[in-house]
Amino acid sequence: MNRWLIPGLLGLLLLLAAVSLLAGAVWFSPADTVAALRNPNGDLLQLVITEVRLPRMVLAILVGGILGLSGAVLQGLLRNPLAEPGLLGVSSGASLGAVIAIYYGFAAAFTLATPLFALLGALSTISVALLLSRTGGTLSLILAGVAVSTIAGAGVSLALNLAPNPFAAYEIMAWLMGSLNDRSWDHVLLAAPFILLGGLFLFLTAPALDALTLGERQAESLGVDLRRVRLLALFGTALGVGAATAVSGAIIFVGLVSPHLVRPLVRHQPGALLLPSALVGSIIVLAADIATRLLRFGPDLKLGVLISVVGAPFFLWLVLHMRKTAP
Amino acid sequence: MMRLQLNGVSAVRGEKLVLQAVDTAFHGGRLAVVIGPNGAGKSTLLDVAAGLRKPASGRVTLDGADIAGLSLRQLAQRRAYLPQSPRVDWAISVERVVAIGLSPQLPAFGGLPGAWQPRIDLALERLDLLHLRNRPATRLSGGELARVMLARATVNDPDILIVDEPTAGLDPRHALDAGQRLRALAEAGCAVVMALHDLDLAARIADDVVAMKDGRIVAQGPAAEIFDEAILSEVYDVRARVRRDDDGISIRFLPS
Repeated sequence: MNRWLIPGLLGLLLLLAAVSLLAGAVWFSPADTVAALRNPNGDLLQLVITEVRLPRMVLAILVGGILGLSGAVLQGLLRNPLAEPGLLGVSSGASLGAVIAIYYGFAAAFTLATPLFALLGALSTISVALLLSRTGGTLSLILAGVAVSTIAGAGVSLALNLAPNPFAAYEIMAWLMGSLNDRSWDHVLLAAPFILLGGLFLFLTAPALDALTLGERQAESLGVDLRRVRLLALFGTALGVGAATAVSGAIIFVGLVSPHLVRPLVRHQPGALLLPSALVGSIIVLAADIATRLLRFGPDLKLGVLISVVGAPFFLWLVLHMRKTAP
Repeated sequence: MMRLQLNGVSAVRGEKLVLQAVDTAFHGGRLAVVIGPNGAGKSTLLDVAAGLRKPASGRVTLDGADIAGLSLRQLAQRRAYLPQSPRVDWAISVERVVAIGLSPQLPAFGGLPGAWQPRIDLALERLDLLHLRNRPATRLSGGELARVMLARATVNDPDILIVDEPTAGLDPRHALDAGQRLRALAEAGCAVVMALHDLDLAARIADDVVAMKDGRIVAQGPAAEIFDEAILSEVYDVRARVRRDDDGISIRFLPS
């Protein structure tokens, strides 16, 4: 592995984190920001920094990191460059949970209802997927995930179709687009434990992923407990990505693209890919979140939408480019 | 001398009994070839012997100790296994592929300690791979990949090497080459067990032969005894002719 890779990515992440505190509808000077962080005196500037921009920055890093990490783990586990966290039905389950909270008005009753329901939705879909695939191998896991994800998607469509009024439908749509607007420390406190625990589970798969490069049979013959690795990857994704989706809404693409961006830089080793991919995920989400604040077209540009709009053509370019250079 | 023994081993796949009360043994320093028609249970026998599939009944013992009592990792430190037509899914370097063979010996986290580098170099050298060490493993020819996989399987000097069809898809030169390398491993003290369809190659390199049909062992013993017209005709349900000349044994199957 290139030894400048991790320090470089960390440096970029820190730079973006600093910018994300300064940037927005109102720009702050670095001196004001540092003063506000060091001396909480309760004025408006200090409140904006510590209660609005700081939690938003922390969430962007956590959400992006877990998406990039989970994407790298799933691509390694399934040995498929198109695998991404949404494949297992986690994101759809979280979306359905959130939609139920909005649809039945729980969201209006208390602020954390949406993320809580989303988290429950993610955990239940993954449990169903796990039950369905208990006897089979990795392929039945994917198929179960796709099936559960389709059912959850159908539920979301049904809710949109039957929405009692246009405002409910709009609210659901807005949530589905993914955003970090108006997130507070409460959201961080809700999501962070799950994301960190999920991240730990995902990192534990690293040595097995290297052996899995040679296929499941050889990995098993090399002492890899496939069942354990599958469970770690599955629960890690369910907890981490479930919690991330719960607080940010559906952000697709980060999990798919991040591993591709750094894979050549770690010489394609799936185990070494995890940390760089997580950092790249954080960088993408943080940069995109800053961009949504700076680009003003009238209505709010949603984070998930921006990432898809910029990410999709880029991914297309990446695929074409890879076809030329890799096998 | 190392001894891997199967006692009354049966195995089921779905509802079907694919191994029925199999008794056999493999010894260090000897090369055993498992032959038989498609679906005879050769691969299942190898899987059970490798500890990758639990037998429905019976015991597999390594030097007298049941391998069911060993963890996957403990087993991996003594036994190497290569499935049929192995492949590499990411473009990692040949050297990394070989290094993966050391993973049962390594701590779970952290990189490859420098102390292991000579082992990797040796394995690469033994299989004439030094010039390919930085080549992505996805860009190798079939013969090169077969050698890389052998290097991967032998880098930690296993006591037992179990290989399923090592010559499938190889041209005659590379098949012979792979056969000779496996032969050399057996002579160095390893117990080499492989399933093989190429009977001429089997006759050239095998010490012992296990002949299987419908999940049972039909005959087993020294290669010279098993490569016999009556036994081969029974195993394959085709008329067989065995010729012995200066070049060794050649086996032909004739339409009846």
